[in-house]
Amino acid sequence: MRRTLVLAALVTALPLTAAAQTKAITLPPDHAYGDLTPGPGVEVAQRACRSCHSTDYIVMQPRGDAKQWEAVVTKMIKVFGASISDEDAKAIVRYLSTAYGK
Amino acid sequence: MARSPRRDFLRTVGGLGAFAVSAEMLWRAPRAFSQQADPILAGRPLVRYPEKTDLILMTSRPPQLETPMTYFDRAITPNEAFFVRYHTFPVPTGVDLGTWRLRVTGLVERPLELSLEDLKTRFPKAAVTAVTQCAGNSRGRFSPRVLGGEWGDGAMGNAEWVGARLRDLLAAAGVRQGAVQATFEGLDKPAFPSVPQFVKSLDVRRVMEDPDVIVAYQMNGRELPMLNGFPARLVVPGWYATYWVKNLSEIAVVDHVFEKFWMKPAYRIPDTPCGCVEPGTAPKSTVPIHRMTVRSFIVAPPSGARVAAGRPVTLKGIAFDGGYGVREVQVSDDAGATWRRAQLGPDLGRYSFREWSAVWTPPGAGDYTLMVRALNAIGESQGSEPLWNPAGYLRNVVEHCGVHAG
Repeated sequence: MRRTLVLAALVTALPLTAAAQTKAITLPPDHAYGDLTPGPGVEVAQRACRSCHSTDYIVMQPRGDAKQWEAVVTKMIKVFGASISDEDAKAIVRYLSTAYGK
Repeated sequence: MARSPRRDFLRTVGGLGAFAVSAEMLWRAPRAFSQQADPILAGRPLVRYPEKTDLILMTSRPPQLETPMTYFDRAITPNEAFFVRYHTFPVPTGVDLGTWRLRVTGLVERPLELSLEDLKTRFPKAAVTAVTQCAGNSRGRFSPRVLGGEWGDGAMGNAEWVGARLRDLLAAAGVRQGAVQATFEGLDKPAFPSVPQFVKSLDVRRVMEDPDVIVAYQMNGRELPMLNGFPARLVVPGWYATYWVKNLSEIAVVDHVFEKFWMKPAYRIPDTPCGCVEPGTAPKSTVPIHRMTVRSFIVAPPSGARVAAGRPVTLKGIAFDGGYGVREVQVSDDAGATWRRAQLGPDLGRYSFREWSAVWTPPGAGDYTLMVRALNAIGESQGSEPLWNPAGYLRNVVEHCGVHAG
């Protein structure tokens, strides 16, 4: 977001000819449709997951057991490099397999 | 920008309630209506992003937006209705053409740094009308369900693309001996270095032999929307959208098969003739996804519509394949027991959506299951049972559309 604002400011400052050479858009904030279901662990899940993506990514997934969600959280850490402690990862898996369990 | 993004976030799909409507009204009903009946899309809001019209929101960050099916009653998908799919966040939100350059680098004699003006003036202009479709389009319909972007059927679109041929760019740079693949990356760079950057690759031989692979700077006669790849994107007709790298910034020729994350293990299909495995099982080996399967859709009447018994109704939709061209479209009104030929619309080339239509008169009152299937120029068609793979790719089962005649 900060980068967007800086760009928008730059665009405004440029002379008209240069501005015509430039395109800039502003993206809307995360939509509420993706808000996570309340429950124990929702805050840690929100904090960890939202640092890379909106939580609609979670709510649209098929429901699943702890095995499914553990695999997802592991993938986020191992493949996408999410910085999540072991303790938080366990809490997130518990939260997801309850709130979005079978 | 004058438009407030928040204001555009108010309309929702699921909360519309039931309408009591005549068949006449249904045909003009808001597009949210048909989605309401779709379990995958129910609850997803219609949102309006910059340069786009109301599209179905899949995810906000990165932005992923799906085209409502009503736009597929015609061959060309409007730019503002074209689906959006990014892999990582942040996504590019601004480009200054004064400084933007497309670099052609790696195993070449003369590395290039091309401005948009260079692309437009130094290379012959090539045009191709071609479908791009997300590899995981319709993933939400897989059974057993699979994880990923849970698309309905609207992660596809067809446009006339104009740009410079990729092979002309590579020839200008002079591909050196030992070149195996070219890699493509865009301006989308993940926030954290640990997140794999979206980079794709194609065989150099494939690119040099195919005059329809272009670096497009024009989409349906206009510049590309930012979220569809401004100022230029790769167009790989017949192949899934994963290769159509947006906001293109670098092409690098390499001496090996490039196998970073988005080529391996991502975007792979089972190495079997159907690209499928027994549902719920894992493939023994995989290959990169490539050519699109044959698909066709009934767009009008929408699923769930009420029509008048004994009165003719025009069924309409589109069909496409992976670049051989649609030869025939057939429709059925008895759940696939009998089929008859539909009329094909204008031929916009073998990579394009092909419009089809068929006049159908419901013989009596009751529920009907309409179906459509297409056949391409090499005899490939669609199956009556869906094929399955763990990533939710290649879906092309015969589509159903339930209507009630009364």
